[in-house]
Amino acid sequence: MDTARQTVEGTFRSRYQRLSYFFDNEKVLGLLMIAPAMLYILALVGYPLILAFVYSFSDITVGSTHFNFVGLKNLQELIGDFDFKNALKNTILFTAVSMSIVLVLAKILALILLKDFKGKFLVRALILMPYVAPISLGVIGWLWMLDSIYSPINWLLQHTGLFGSDFWPMWLGKPGLAMTAIITVHVWRMLPLATVIMLAGLTSIPQDIQDAALVDGAGYFRRLFQVTIPMMLPIMMVAVLFGIVFTATDIIIILVLTRGGPYDSTQVLVSQAFYTGIDASDLAKGAATALFLFPLLAAVAIFMLQIARRSEVT
Amino acid sequence: MEKNSEFAKQIALKIAHFGSLAVFAVFATLPFLWMLITAFKQDADLYNRANNPFIFNLAPTLIHLKELFYETQFVKWLYNTAWVGVAVVLITLVLAIPAGYSLVRLAGRWGERLGIGIFLTYLVAPTILFIPMSRVVAELGLQDSLWSLVLVFPTFTVPFAIWLLMGFFKAIPKDLEEAAMIDGYSRFGAFIRMVIPISTSGILTVVIFSFTLVVQEYIYTLTFVTTASKYTVSVGVPTFLVHGDVYNWGALMAGCLIASLPIVIVYNFFVERFISGLTLGAVKG
Repeated sequence: MDTARQTVEGTFRSRYQRLSYFFDNEKVLGLLMIAPAMLYILALVGYPLILAFVYSFSDITVGSTHFNFVGLKNLQELIGDFDFKNALKNTILFTAVSMSIVLVLAKILALILLKDFKGKFLVRALILMPYVAPISLGVIGWLWMLDSIYSPINWLLQHTGLFGSDFWPMWLGKPGLAMTAIITVHVWRMLPLATVIMLAGLTSIPQDIQDAALVDGAGYFRRLFQVTIPMMLPIMMVAVLFGIVFTATDIIIILVLTRGGPYDSTQVLVSQAFYTGIDASDLAKGAATALFLFPLLAAVAIFMLQIARRSEVT
Repeated sequence: MEKNSEFAKQIALKIAHFGSLAVFAVFATLPFLWMLITAFKQDADLYNRANNPFIFNLAPTLIHLKELFYETQFVKWLYNTAWVGVAVVLITLVLAIPAGYSLVRLAGRWGERLGIGIFLTYLVAPTILFIPMSRVVAELGLQDSLWSLVLVFPTFTVPFAIWLLMGFFKAIPKDLEEAAMIDGYSRFGAFIRMVIPISTSGILTVVIFSFTLVVQEYIYTLTFVTTASKYTVSVGVPTFLVHGDVYNWGALMAGCLIASLPIVIVYNFFVERFISGLTLGAVKG
């Protein structure tokens, strides 16, 4: 048994010695080991990304071989397009409002969870559920809770007397209410992630700094604004950046809950791109619509690089 | 007197603490509780507006589970998801483990930069890419096939996996590999025989996250696949458990709950590692 293993190891080793030039030369080996992943990323992220730009300046449609460059025509058309302006406006509104709510609630929840108490693991697990469960499935739960006839939320509010007996809002059927519903569900989904990131930031502040501030006579708010928040700034930036990316580019909630309706009041850039590019087969216009998010993503990428560089130095 | 008010203040603080915790916990879990109630309710109870929706006015029933398993393609979707998940996880490991190691140990100063660059592709991926990607998939003849998902899903699992693994490999003392190399292993041999075995927990984390990301994916699947029997569970349930405009809510909720719970439970044990990866090490956990 033992000798058999030794011979196996022996052949293993000698075969490697023959190839030792490749396996011991660090530059060659490093290149060989990273090449497959790099090639894959170039082929399936890099190439489609270039295609996204190319399509935006063309008149390509699904299923046709027809392809002409049309220059800036798509972009010009979009800028004048009412649907596009509406989607852009909705994207900004949706992102700004839900991000602000998420940040405030996440900060509160993180401070609550910072305390030690019995059953913390269980509570944390429950609070994480919305982020962890497959999003499209969790959102179906909301679709049923906001049902126009059987909504348990309406039932509860009516039976506790908060709503009058003839007041039964159709959450997903009225423009303002639909946007409120989308934002609520999005907050529900993003809050766990933001909270856990904030919590990581809070616990990373060394206790002796807090103690030193306390000894120096700093009160709670002084410590909050002059120690806690400044020290959490990089991590809060990370939370905000991820929040913006995940909010502006996520359409699952909208596709499942409202499909952009009623009257396009919840249509955002990406859902608009999906309906034009895939459902209506106008790849060029869809790609151009989605591409409007690229400057946002690029800005976020640059910020992330800067944060990473700063943490590299320290 | 003084002592009493101090005591009262502490009690009040405690109540406020638990009260706010309870509010957040209910907000987070309400849709899942509602799924649980709906999944076991008789239709006559469910669709009666006079009934209190939060309690069982009639005896609970298993009929919706029966419908879900025998009259829909739910089991097939679970199977598809598992199949695609396993394939994507394998591809992710094969591409990301060597790449992560190479960036940490062999690439020198530009390794870290390149690693961050790769990580950033994780942010850009699906939203801008789904339209051109539909064309790439069509040209490869993979439209309406699970293979299209196997091909494309690693675009978001690989960058994140490389980044997570870089963190793990960095933590391994260089002495260990050097000792293995003195014992006669080549650099590559040391990587295979020494580094991979002691990185098991990092690799396990990557497996869990890649699989979770696959289960959650929605846009690519919706774009590439059109036949009901080829959907994953995340897209199949919202798309096909609808009969005309009438939802079969009982079966629908049962399906959502059954597909969500395993992921929720497993994920909880790994969430801290996920966060320290996501925050680019801006926080040292």
